[in-house]
Amino acid sequence: MTTNSITLTVNGDQVRRDVPARQHLIDFLRLDLGLMGSHVACEHGVCGACTVRLDGAIVRGCLVLAASLHGSTVETIEGVSDSGEIRDLQDAFIARNAAQCGYCTPGMLMTAADLLKSNATPTRAEIREHISGNYCRCTGYQAIVDAVETTAHKRRSSGPKP
Amino acid sequence: MKSPDFAYVRADTLDAAFRLKAQHGADARWLAGGQSLLAALAFRLSEPTALIDISRIDVLQGIAVNGSMVRIGAGTTHTTIGESDIIRRHVPLLADAVPHIAHTAIRNRGTIGGSLAFADPAAELPACCVALEATFVAASAKGERRISARDFFHGVYATALENDELLTAIEIPAAVAGDHHALIEITRRSGDYAMAGIAVALRRSDDKIDRVRLVFFALGDKPVVAHVAAGVLLGTDLVEDQIERAAKAVSADLDPPGDLNGGPEMKRHLAQVVLKRALLQILNNLMRMPA
Repeated sequence: MTTNSITLTVNGDQVRRDVPARQHLIDFLRLDLGLMGSHVACEHGVCGACTVRLDGAIVRGCLVLAASLHGSTVETIEGVSDSGEIRDLQDAFIARNAAQCGYCTPGMLMTAADLLKSNATPTRAEIREHISGNYCRCTGYQAIVDAVETTAHKRRSSGPKP
Repeated sequence: MKSPDFAYVRADTLDAAFRLKAQHGADARWLAGGQSLLAALAFRLSEPTALIDISRIDVLQGIAVNGSMVRIGAGTTHTTIGESDIIRRHVPLLADAVPHIAHTAIRNRGTIGGSLAFADPAAELPACCVALEATFVAASAKGERRISARDFFHGVYATALENDELLTAIEIPAAVAGDHHALIEITRRSGDYAMAGIAVALRRSDDKIDRVRLVFFALGDKPVVAHVAAGVLLGTDLVEDQIERAAKAVSADLDPPGDLNGGPEMKRHLAQVVLKRALLQILNNLMRMPA
């Protein structure tokens, strides 16, 4: 098995590891770093359960090789939860029961947070389009769209963050 | 599934890429954004000995206007293309295609060169490049050559690229006055591969269609150029009757294989649907334009 040495920043901490060349980012986060929030499901880019932020942009963690990430910055659901960045979005998911089994939820939150960063006033159609790459098999999506819409609305009425 | 075992090496320059390719041999593959390749490896559709990461090679990045030509570095991501003012202004068909390519998280990594070199028959960009009469620049240690988009696609996942060649840039003629375009596809889920799709580029002067390219995707083993239907439109103006006639004629251009989405008959039907939608979209835009 071929390994590569990488140094990268994960949720603000610098980590250095030797990783197998074929290992994808989510197995690296889960198995090597113990960050179990990012979920592995289809492992070929269809379901979105593994969505994480790489150098500021959301990606499919299963379609990124850990070995390719030397010098990169990764943020996971653990990072954006601990920082409080998406507290309001998480509260809205809970209030609206937008997480049932919870398997898709971390990826759904990362994707929804990505939308709200670039679009403060998304329509329901725009919310649906943006989360169209994230499968949820429980909710039927209505509650998730509600939660994202509510969060956008609350952020607007509470004014821009400092 | 997990990918098969392979070596990972990164090239930071084209020279380094060619050197690594020579070193690792014919079974080494280029890794660009990885959005098709890594999925294919997870299915174990191929077992490369090594992946040569070309995603950090500077000269493969960027979008520029060179005279009447727009040059797109093969390593440019779909997201960058979708956000580019140059593309919106000079290659609007590509700008319209980008939102149809998978989802945001995939567009952030996936590259135009990767999509073209992977040559999935259901992908949007190969059809767009054929419709736009793009030219592809391929490079190897031996030098550079240019391949027309029409000659580039040989079949499912098969292209004109030699094993040691790397797609470095895409050159597309900038749109001029009278150029119109449309991209329409039908998918089960927004962002999925198309069940049927079409890229249309046409040029119109004095109320007549001078040239038109109708290129289907997901309806053959590579982008399918509809010559018969295009012949119906040439030299006429774009009116609803003519669109109807072109749609009827398109069956002669197609021999679609069935797939998971449906059999050949359904594909033929969907081809007519996307053709009509695309041409009606262009017609509607024309009617909205100031005389």
